[in-house]
Amino acid sequence: MHELSIAMNVVEMASEQVRQAGGGSVSRVTLRIGRLSCVHQDSLRYSFELAREGTPLAGAELRIIEVPVRVFCPTCQDEFELPGIQRFACPACGTLSADIRQGRELDLESIELSEATPS
Amino acid sequence: MIEPRILEVRTKILKKNDELARSMRRQFESLGLLVVNMVSSPGTGKTAFLKETLVRLRGRGIPVAAVVGDLETDNDARRLAESGAPVRQIMTHGLCHLEADMVQQHIADWDLAGLHYLFIENVGNLVCPTSWDLGESVRLALLSVTEGEDKPLKYPGLFNTSDIAAITKIDLAAACEFNRDVARANIEAVRPGMRIIETSVRSGAGIDEWLDYLAAKRHELA
Repeated sequence: MHELSIAMNVVEMASEQVRQAGGGSVSRVTLRIGRLSCVHQDSLRYSFELAREGTPLAGAELRIIEVPVRVFCPTCQDEFELPGIQRFACPACGTLSADIRQGRELDLESIELSEATPS
Repeated sequence: MIEPRILEVRTKILKKNDELARSMRRQFESLGLLVVNMVSSPGTGKTAFLKETLVRLRGRGIPVAAVVGDLETDNDARRLAESGAPVRQIMTHGLCHLEADMVQQHIADWDLAGLHYLFIENVGNLVCPTSWDLGESVRLALLSVTEGEDKPLKYPGLFNTSDIAAITKIDLAAACEFNRDVARANIEAVRPGMRIIETSVRSGAGIDEWLDYLAAKRHELA
């Protein structure tokens, strides 16, 4: 369950952003998660619900953008998207390539901040 | 009613760990210290492989040390300490992976300048350690013949972030009907071009090749 560590990092970073913005509460957090990052989305959602309690993210929705793996093929001189992550081969010519251009993301993309005190 | 504001953050979630690991790596490499992060599933033989590595390097008069992550026990640390090398246990109490600050805390009082190699035996797990950089220069993925040839396909993320793979317990290959060509092809599929060493602590197969690899990697630091 390394997803709990990830969720705690998300909450900590987002809370810091809220402090810097002068307070408020977060209504939505958006993450970009690459398919090679080994994160299980359901575990992350569950962990996020635990980690957000008592923080400015307590009512926040978690939005996850899944990022597919893209690899550069040295033969075709072109980038391609992998259909899975079991074989790093170019779908056009079959060349194996370790030149990964996308898919390792584990990023906090944005947060949506609401007003400081609800009236 | 105030409109919600969107704050574009665009930051790595593990930024704190990544930054610490980067500064640790700079320090290690400037001291000529090669740090190896060893990852595998439980039961692959990480501890036996590491103990043999420590014994052999010490036999050549090379100063080495190890830290070992484990969920609850210090059994592995005690086994490794039999090599005579300094060994520290990192008890994670249920956490499934090591993080850079845990390593930093556990080696804080060691004279790193006097060491040539530091080995970090990660928690036995093929998923969770993947995303945590520990400041290592080399990530070694181990796969034993008893686990089957398709492990790399089931856990591509971990193999994909590794620098070298060791197939362990190769002396048992025939008994396990382990197909080394299939295993090698599967590793190649998820991490094209990665070096693969077939090893056995019992027969001694591949250990010299592994030690030569380490020496070459350490030489690159200078």
